[in-house]
Amino acid sequence: MRRAAEAIVIPVGALLVAMIIFGAFMGVIGKDPLEVYALIYKGAFSSGFAWQNTLQRAAPLILTALCVALPAQTGLIVIGGEGALVLGGLAAAVIGHALSGASPLLSGGSPLLSGASPLAVQISMAAAAMLVGGAWIALAGALRHYRGVNETISSLLLTYIGLALFNHFVEGPLRDPASLNKPSTMPIGDANMVGHLPGMDVHWGLVYGIAFCIVAYVLVRHTVQGFALSIVGGNVRAAKLAGLPVGMLILVSCFLGGAAAGLAGMAEVAAVHGSANASLIAGYGYAGILVSFIARHNPLAILPVATLLGGIAASGGMLQRRLDLPDATVLVLEGIAFMVILASETLYGRFRMFQPRET
Amino acid sequence: MDGTSLGWWGVPIAVLGGAIRVSTPFLFVSLGECLTEKSGRINLGLEGILVMGAMAGYGISYLSGSPWLGVLVAGFAGLALGLLHGAVCSLPRVNDIAVGIGLMLFGTGFAFFLGKPFVQPKAPTLPALHLGDWASSPQIQAALQINVLFIIGLALALAMGWAFRNTRWGLVVRMVGDSADAARAMGYQVNLVRVLSTAVGGFLAGVGGSFLSLYYPGSWNEGLSSGQGLMAVALVIFARWRPLHCFYAALLFGGASALGPALQSVGVSSGYYLFNATPYVLTLGIMIATCSPRRNLAGAPGELSVTR
Repeated sequence: MRRAAEAIVIPVGALLVAMIIFGAFMGVIGKDPLEVYALIYKGAFSSGFAWQNTLQRAAPLILTALCVALPAQTGLIVIGGEGALVLGGLAAAVIGHALSGASPLLSGGSPLLSGASPLAVQISMAAAAMLVGGAWIALAGALRHYRGVNETISSLLLTYIGLALFNHFVEGPLRDPASLNKPSTMPIGDANMVGHLPGMDVHWGLVYGIAFCIVAYVLVRHTVQGFALSIVGGNVRAAKLAGLPVGMLILVSCFLGGAAAGLAGMAEVAAVHGSANASLIAGYGYAGILVSFIARHNPLAILPVATLLGGIAASGGMLQRRLDLPDATVLVLEGIAFMVILASETLYGRFRMFQPRET
Repeated sequence: MDGTSLGWWGVPIAVLGGAIRVSTPFLFVSLGECLTEKSGRINLGLEGILVMGAMAGYGISYLSGSPWLGVLVAGFAGLALGLLHGAVCSLPRVNDIAVGIGLMLFGTGFAFFLGKPFVQPKAPTLPALHLGDWASSPQIQAALQINVLFIIGLALALAMGWAFRNTRWGLVVRMVGDSADAARAMGYQVNLVRVLSTAVGGFLAGVGGSFLSLYYPGSWNEGLSSGQGLMAVALVIFARWRPLHCFYAALLFGGASALGPALQSVGVSSGYYLFNATPYVLTLGIMIATCSPRRNLAGAPGELSVTR
């Protein structure tokens, strides 16, 4: 109980400190900090419309945060979620178009002719995206385990390579000739879009994210395999002595993380854009790193943290319009929060009130 | 640069010119990272420092009219961020890799925030030395336009290599990086040495960033850096923590970065994005080839967390 209280009090306290620092910075440049925070609240959580905007932005963050949190269970710091997201989105767009029946051979493009129901198309798209994203991050895990290459650097390099591949295919071989101003792949077809949750302006990606988080939480905290992951994360040598398949566990945790990021790409394609284009490169992968670190890599804690950051991002437009602040204001707040949260890591175990009572 | 008149010969000349032009930020950032890593810490936040330096250098150059003052201020902006990284990492149980990622976000966010007013105006940029005026070909002349910072960087690489071997300070930094316990036993303050090394490393990275905005490409915008700060981390590993080898590696990376635009100028444009990814593939290939799960890399500082 006391440990749990510590795990809540310290991050919340760190966030408050970050808000004070950011508020002081706003004061220095001549804006009223209280007004800034009031606007952030208004833009993020004050109305149903604001909430929908917030959740819409939180959905991809939940999934890309899992791309950091799952490998972190085995002690790996993977920051390549952006690459897995765009490649997963690309794979989903290709599969979605191939199965949509809109290929040139079948004139008319009716889904009836192709024989694949929208649900089957959507499942295939999700599977392809998760496979590609998972394989991409598993590659970083494999390089770490078999070649000793630092996974943080390799996953980041893989992101740059992934973005280059994505741009190459979207603007080259897979480009839809009809997309003139904004190069895109062929559309997956309106019938195959996953659409919005009933009665809301929030797409199904949010549900994927919540489901993935719950599954990940149960896997990590309540199964033997999850326990094995944390042994590897705690001490690789001890895990080897205990006879655990260390390489396999690292690969699986990386694959699952990458699959989550790939699914985020699929949701962006199948629920928002309808095809793969440069809009997928929106920095969700990087923001997910922040979410996972604030949540201390706990899959369930990712949900509220992603909502909070989604809300801050959602309010960025309002800050721009009302206070004439640049769009990077949100980045500054996120950066300050990240630094303070990381520095607060040193406080764990320092307060006696949070330690289990000795009996 | 127009390589069409030279046909395919334009490609190697453009790559050479690109290597000299593009390598300078790599050189400064990797020398800074080399110093930081020699002291046993890794700073992944040099990317943020690079962007911050680019913004600060451009802004000061625009406001004061003196690009060299801009370079200096860029260095001090980097120094401040380096101090921040060093100080936060000195707290017990704080992970230096994670703080580096945080600094990357913080530095770029802060630079975008403060740099918004400088996106449009044109600031005075650094002058070039025309070492190619003997040649008749304009391509070669263009390729041999060398910036003074490039020469300073080369001198710095030589000086750092010498200092690590022959000066008291160099030996202290290396000892702290190889065995914190030994340094403590000798009475040196491990954290202080590391904070100073990170701060000076940040200064160099900031100067490298000012080269981006004040010489090549020579303007400030939010897409200025394409991961040079991060690639420098891999580059230092490739150079095996030897400053002079950082110089060669920076040239190699600069050349690789120039390959895509050079090929495009002779009409090979189909794989433009793929050629642009050459430096990343190169880095990854080098890391795969040189790392091993069983032993530490030769020449690696013993306290460094990346190589363990």
